[in-house]
This record gives sequence, structure tokens and C-alpha cells, in this order.
Amino acid sequence: MVMVIMAIQLTGINRVVYAVLILNKAGGLIYQRDFNPGLQKLSSNDYLILAGTFHGQVSLASAARAQVHAITSQISPTNETTSSGLEVLESENFVMRCFQTLTGTKFLVFAEPRQPNLDVVVRRVYELYADYVMKNPFYQIEMPIRSEGFDRHLAAYIKPHQ
Amino acid sequence: MNRETSPFRTPSTGASPTPKHASLTASTNLRYSLTRKSIYDRHLNRTKTSELSKSAFAFLFGEMVQHAQKKVYGVQDLEKKLNQHGYAVGQRFLELLLWRDGRTAKRETRILGILQFISHSLYRAIFQKAADTLEKVRENEDEYMISDNDPLVNAYVSVPKEMSQLNCGAFIAGIIEAVLDGHCFPAKVTAHTAPSELWPGRTVFLIKFEPDVLEREALRVGG
Repeated sequence: MVMVIMAIQLTGINRVVYAVLILNKAGGLIYQRDFNPGLQKLSSNDYLILAGTFHGQVSLASAARAQVHAITSQISPTNETTSSGLEVLESENFVMRCFQTLTGTKFLVFAEPRQPNLDVVVRRVYELYADYVMKNPFYQIEMPIRSEGFDRHLAAYIKPHQ
Repeated sequence: MNRETSPFRTPSTGASPTPKHASLTASTNLRYSLTRKSIYDRHLNRTKTSELSKSAFAFLFGEMVQHAQKKVYGVQDLEKKLNQHGYAVGQRFLELLLWRDGRTAKRETRILGILQFISHSLYRAIFQKAADTLEKVRENEDEYMISDNDPLVNAYVSVPKEMSQLNCGAFIAGIIEAVLDGHCFPAKVTAHTAPSELWPGRTVFLIKFEPDVLEREALRVGG
């Protein structure tokens, strides 16, 4: 959790969406992009650890496996099989929204605390992923995303709103 | 003679489908309709309601590219393969297009005529829009360019850096090549990426005619 907060500590002006992360089924980080130059940078290794930590916690919640997503779904007071794990994480400096697809891919969006309609943003990112990543014949499933079309359209969607 | 009472066949409706029939097949689209008619039983002249899903096409095209990639040794080889796939489509499509034009169909005999046919009629029939420009290459007498700002086949394709030479528009190039061949204008058509600021996916189809095409054209102008 400390790492998550570190990643998001701000130095710049208030902007709307700070960063987008995509995790594959196994909790590996397959996409990471900052939209605010004022963010503190993490090393790429730290990002991978962060993704793994988050995944574990989320999926404990949903599928009884081992860390943030996982833990949250296990400690859910209701029946653990119905919990979808961590969805929102709020702090003074940022809010994180997680959206997990039916196939287990997770989309994390970090944004300014009072940013409304984050679920719409996450779903739109999912849509772009479905279009420009999954329909790209050169993309290998579960592997890091290096798709120029996705980068371009994601920036076109997020940047004008800032 | 006994009338055929098979439930799988309905009596022939003649040349044009009746409105009732049309609405029936339009609602069920490509699947089998209530009358058990498949896409092959429908009239060839249905153009209005025959739109296909862009996503379905993107997945199909993606699979085609992946399949073509398995058996090739490099970008040029891959483009050739895609060109061949397009060629097969073009051959069939030209036939269909001319058939649909019926009596007004015309066999183009001039270079400019055939190029306009491709950039307007053919392009519109396939992609529902005309090609964006049709130009002549100034330096070479036998080369022409048709450009498309955002080719449908490349809509979701992001070519990796190590294959930057590749343009999957080679498939469309193959279609164009087949149409030119079908009109007796043998030519070589290649697809090249030529991005502009507004259109990052802009593609140019370079058409290089065989020498005898130009020879024939010169004779016609002279006569």
C-alpha cells in the first residue's frame, strides 16, 4: 500500500487522470503509462512488484489466491465467492479505480480525488484495449502491450480532458 | 408432375426479392432465416443491407495476417502473401461488381478510366467511401498512386517496430491488382505507409503498369 501511495505522490498541478495500469490474468504488469509529468517515477521493477502485490490482494478477494486484491476479497464479510475484490482505493492525494474484466484482466486508473465518473473512464480504457490491443494481429495475448494505435487513442481520450 | 413439398425450399421468387422476403432475411442477417435460406440463396444484388460488422472483419483479417505470418521469411514475403489473398478477393469481387451494374457495366479501356473505376466504384463498393486521392507519379510515366487516409484493414493493426516496413494494406493492393488484371491492365501494386500529421495511418497504393499497357495507351491516343 505504501508503494501505491508513493507512486502517486504529486508534485505538479492538479490534473484529472494520473496514470493507467493494465494487469494480465496472472498479475503481471502489461501496460503502464503516466499522464502527468509531475508524478514521482518508479523504476520498472518497482512497477512490476506493485502490480503483483495489487493483484494478489485483489484476487484473494475474488478467487482465494495471495495479496491487495486477494486479501480484500477474502476479508469481505459477505460470501467470498461473490466478492469481486478491491474496486476503489481513496486517499488524500488520489483515488484509484480498479476494473476487473470477466477474463481476469485488471485495469487500474489513478486520478485526482474528486474526479467523477471514473468507472466510465475505466470502461472506455477497456473498450480501447478490446479494439486496439485484442484486434491487433501482432499482439500476443498476456504479453506486454506495445501497440502504437492503443497509445495514440488512449492519449487522445485522456489528454483532452486534462 | 408432383409439386415439391420440401420444407427446405420455397418457390423461386424471381429476379428481385419481394419486400416481405427482404425484411425476413435482413432481420436474421447471415444466419439461416426461417425459410432456411443461407447467404448463398440470396440475391446477389443486395447491397443496402449487406453491411458486415467491422469487429468481425477485424478479427478475421487479424487471423489471416497471423496465419500468413507463420509461413513466411520476412516482411516482403508476408506482404506478397497478403497480396495473394487480396488478389483472390479482387478477382471475385470484380465479377460481382460488373454483374451488379447489369447493362450499364462498361469495360474500361483507358488508364484513367480504370483508375477512376477503382478509386470510386470499387472502393465505394468495398469500403463505402471513395479513395482519398488519385495521383500520377511525376517522375515515372508508368506509375500512379491511390491514397487512403485510413484504410479499413489497418484500423486496429499496429505494426511492431521491427517490422516497420510492413503495411497490411498489401491486401487491398492485391484486390486492386486483380481488378487491373481483370481489365487487361497488368500492373504491380504495392502498399506503402505515408503518414501525415492528421492521418497517421495514411496508406499509398503505388500502381506500376507493365510497359505494354503504356504502349497500347499511346497507340490509342495517337489514333
